Amino acid sequence: MSLLSLFSALSRPANSPPLRLPLFAHPVRAGFPSPADDYVCDTLDLNEHLIPHREATFFVRAKGLSMIGAGIQDGDLLIIDRSLNPVHRAIVIAVIDGEFTVKRLYKRGGKIRLLAENPDFSPIDLQEGQELQVWGVVTSVIHRLRP
Amino acid sequence: MSVFALVDGNNFYVSCERVFNPKLEGRPVVVLSNNDGCAVARSAEVKALGVKMGMPWFKMQDLARRHGIVALSSNYELYADLSSRMMSILGRYAPEQEIYSIDECFLGFDGFQRYDLMTYGHDMRQTVRQWVGIPVCVGFATTKTLAKLANHCAKKGLTGAEGVCDFTRLNEQEIQELFTRIPVGEVWGVGRKLAERLEERGIAHVDALRRSDAKVLRREFSVVLERTVAELNGVSCLGLDEIAPNKQQIMSSRSFGKYLHDLEPLEQAVASYMAIAAEKLRRQQSKAGLVQVYVRTNPFAEHLPQYQQGLSAPLPEPSDDTLRLIKVARWLLKKIYRPGYAYQKAGVVLMDLQETASLQRSLFAHNPDNERLMEVMDRVNAVWGRGTLRCATEGLQKEWSMKREKKSPNFTTRWDELPEAY
Repeated sequence: MSLLSLFSALSRPANSPPLRLPLFAHPVRAGFPSPADDYVCDTLDLNEHLIPHREATFFVRAKGLSMIGAGIQDGDLLIIDRSLNPVHRAIVIAVIDGEFTVKRLYKRGGKIRLLAENPDFSPIDLQEGQELQVWGVVTSVIHRLRP
Repeated sequence: MSVFALVDGNNFYVSCERVFNPKLEGRPVVVLSNNDGCAVARSAEVKALGVKMGMPWFKMQDLARRHGIVALSSNYELYADLSSRMMSILGRYAPEQEIYSIDECFLGFDGFQRYDLMTYGHDMRQTVRQWVGIPVCVGFATTKTLAKLANHCAKKGLTGAEGVCDFTRLNEQEIQELFTRIPVGEVWGVGRKLAERLEERGIAHVDALRRSDAKVLRREFSVVLERTVAELNGVSCLGLDEIAPNKQQIMSSRSFGKYLHDLEPLEQAVASYMAIAAEKLRRQQSKAGLVQVYVRTNPFAEHLPQYQQGLSAPLPEPSDDTLRLIKVARWLLKKIYRPGYAYQKAGVVLMDLQETASLQRSLFAHNPDNERLMEVMDRVNAVWGRGTLRCATEGLQKEWSMKREKKSPNFTTRWDELPEAY
């Protein structure tokens, strides 16, 4: 463990309660304190923004390049909300042969397919009688720009 | 009239494993206790193969090979996370909730008037299944004991509907017909021994117990059984315990992965258990006034010399400081340690717990707890996992630690162990 990561852990509170960042209602100015400082509006919580259903939300690590066209890159963090119904065109985590796969769901004209967003990958067609198990609906991708 | 529900997860630990490992679906799966000892959870397929609860792993090796049983070490971090999600969802369905164990809770619908409970139960089932992936069963009735029994019926499909059973819809004749089919041992609080004694008296099924003279049972068995009979007759004696009270004592004990003979590894184990107990103590914001340590050999290894001993010591001032508590524990251990034995288990107990906020500091206290250090330690360990920052007494290589060779990743609580999708 690096010393740097040790320090970054110390700056985070134990049991990670929501991280609240104050949002000020006016631009920051140096010098004389603004009387508007009394009007701090609210705090922003990323959890609140990204996770409406806490109990149903899970994180999954994306692997490979099959969904590159949808902006999902190798190693990205996917936010999954299992409370949502998998509708046509939703990006989902599905179970194929006991493994998780992330694909776009196609449901039209009695046909169900899983589509990759990369021409190098062919669509997965469901055979007659084969049941598609959708594990959850992907709601966001978190792509880090620096490690 | 009040209505209670008992909701519980089916084969909970196995179901948790299956959420993140769909390959386990339809296969015989057991989850093993600490040290991969014996079965603590069984899938329906394993039950069908005749594997009993508590069966030691080494005794099913043969069966496992023949039927491809998958054995997993218990992954309590995963189970606890999925449990809290499940409980939180269920808590929204009722004004009152008592979390009874990791996989079951009572719900109280006091004053809920004649809502269609069956529909309500199916909705709970469906939601927990979809949101968390855990199958649950729901039993409704007018007392907690009956709700527990209704849950049993839901699980066994005794009343038809899949996974939900509502006793309040059944008339007296249907109840009687149903209860004569359920052995008395299925009643909440009637253990195997008690069931045998009741059977000897001709009370073999639930209907017979329900019709027994409660006063006589009280005289010959216990007041608890009298209350059970009242509850079976729809007289609610047990209310919901909503707020889990702070623990009155905190225990941390484990069997070792192998026998320990020397003082040093024992000290490491005791220090580690104390670290865990102290962390729990701080989490409930209490301090301990009394520390106990105990060790014992394996009582089942009759060919080995046997020894067991425990010792406790009061603290000059209540403490929640891991370092101070470990110091006391080591001192106690040295007092009870005897060479020449094969130790199998050790444990620490924190007692005389007092809320930190209400404590008065003694006038002569010269060595207050290192609160800052403890806070840092808890933070570091919350991020990187228990034991990342620990007292050197706990040792670097935990040669004594539990065997959990077949544990699944902590899919929901560690960033570096998330499930992957291609």
